[in-house]
Amino acid sequence: MNDQFIQLAYLVAAVLLIRGLSGLGSPKTAPRGNLTAAAGMLIAIVATLLMKGVVSYTVIIAGVVVGSTIGAVLALRIQMTAMPQMVALLNGFGGGASTLVASAELLNYMREGSEPTGIVPTAIVLGILIGGVTFTGSLIAFAKLQELLKGAPLVYAGQRFVNALLSVALVGAGVMMVMTPLDLNPFYVVLCLSLLLGVLLVIPIGGADMPVVISLLNSYSGLAACATGFVLGNSSLVISGSLVGASGIILTKIMCKAMNRSLANVLFGAFGAVDQATAAGGGSTDGRTAKAYTPEDAAVIFSNSRSCIVVPGYGMAVAQAQHAVRELADTLEEKGISVKFAIHPVAGRMPGHMNVLLAEADVPYDKLVPMDEINREFPETDVALVIGANDVVNPDARTDKGSPIYGMPILDVDRAQHVFVIKRSMNPGFAGVQNPLFFNDNTMMIFGDAKGTVLALVKSVRDLV
Amino acid sequence: MLDDPVVALTILVLALFVGFEVIAKVPPLLHTPLMSGSNAISGITIVGALLAAGREEQTLSTALGFIAIVFASINVVGGFLVTNRMLGMFKKKKS
Repeated sequence: MNDQFIQLAYLVAAVLLIRGLSGLGSPKTAPRGNLTAAAGMLIAIVATLLMKGVVSYTVIIAGVVVGSTIGAVLALRIQMTAMPQMVALLNGFGGGASTLVASAELLNYMREGSEPTGIVPTAIVLGILIGGVTFTGSLIAFAKLQELLKGAPLVYAGQRFVNALLSVALVGAGVMMVMTPLDLNPFYVVLCLSLLLGVLLVIPIGGADMPVVISLLNSYSGLAACATGFVLGNSSLVISGSLVGASGIILTKIMCKAMNRSLANVLFGAFGAVDQATAAGGGSTDGRTAKAYTPEDAAVIFSNSRSCIVVPGYGMAVAQAQHAVRELADTLEEKGISVKFAIHPVAGRMPGHMNVLLAEADVPYDKLVPMDEINREFPETDVALVIGANDVVNPDARTDKGSPIYGMPILDVDRAQHVFVIKRSMNPGFAGVQNPLFFNDNTMMIFGDAKGTVLALVKSVRDLV
Repeated sequence: MLDDPVVALTILVLALFVGFEVIAKVPPLLHTPLMSGSNAISGITIVGALLAAGREEQTLSTALGFIAIVFASINVVGGFLVTNRMLGMFKKKKS
């Protein structure tokens, strides 16, 4: 097939991918956007199959059939709560594919005995390196999220030194590879060290920081594809790879901002490795005790209320309470109480995760309000109902300079008239810090499993209001 | 195709800017589908995998290309399908 024709097809593909991504600007246009992007991908694939160099189709068909089947089964079976693991896994496969492609190209140069020139050797090194780190890093992130590995950061003495040494060795081997591209030894070193580095970089990062890590790995998987594009001189790879790279960078920034942490702090800070001393000392409880109430007590308050903001946290999803919460929201609305949901950017385990979990439970998306918008409304709200959230509603983040979460943007639930907190026990949250909200005069603690308690609340409200 | 690295770099930088512009407009509501969707797009590496596996001579590169095709198709098919599934949840109902 004519080379120019293929280039034009790639151009069409790139336009469709960009149109598809911009479709994600609103929930109404998003499903179509996704299909548009998929069509773009299909065009890029078909155009590639028509290229002169592609002649043996057996291997290709076999690979596509195997991969598509696995991908489809994963996509249709996966629980929405497990979406972060799924994305981590997909990031890993993307990175792994880029490493393999860059390696295959290098081996092909060796077989032909022709030395790659210009930017190609550097691109090969970068493709293998970024792809390799993405591959193993994502597998570790997956294992942590799936709880195959402990979520707590794994730290040891001299960890940073080891990682720094490894990085220097990697750069050294990379430079050697660029200078002598047809030598196998530096290639092996770069490949192995990249894979090792991916593991070592992610193990010291705690479970709570996984939203940042998978966003960053998302970006890496794009950049790896980009590097591969330079290896092959293929514009579709360069364009698509940089779109994904940009997307991952933006999400990483949003996540870091929502946790008030720098990227360096997330990557190297081993947050949640716990400082038991601060954890125990934190929280201005002043000897006050939290007051426990029953769902019936809460229903009495609801009977005099007009508005409620629900603040769901990951604890709600763990207890599979989404549908019960939706039922509660419906019941309250039947009784003339307006209900909205306040979504903190790091609610859940990945960017936007809580929205998906609630959408799955049929909560209309126009009731899901982002933090910056909803915070204005708390002072005029009768009831803030916190379910399985802790650190994101901790007022110490606003006031206590000594708190590990000081400066993190929070949902101002304490400014509502009444605050109900449904929680299993007084155990501190992810950050390991006590929450003074629980001790406020306008706070009612309702202890119990999220699902059971919410269902009891539904019943009490029906009976009473 | 992209023999001139400066041309490739130009494309890279421009695409990055387009990416930043487009993605900054995606609301937090849809950040998870954005991530899985962009994930599918990073499966574009499949193009490279096809080139590596489709050469006339069957060598070690072909084998690597085969694995790369498997990985990348998981990425592409899994990514687009799961995104579609999620967006369906946002689509159905509007109160």
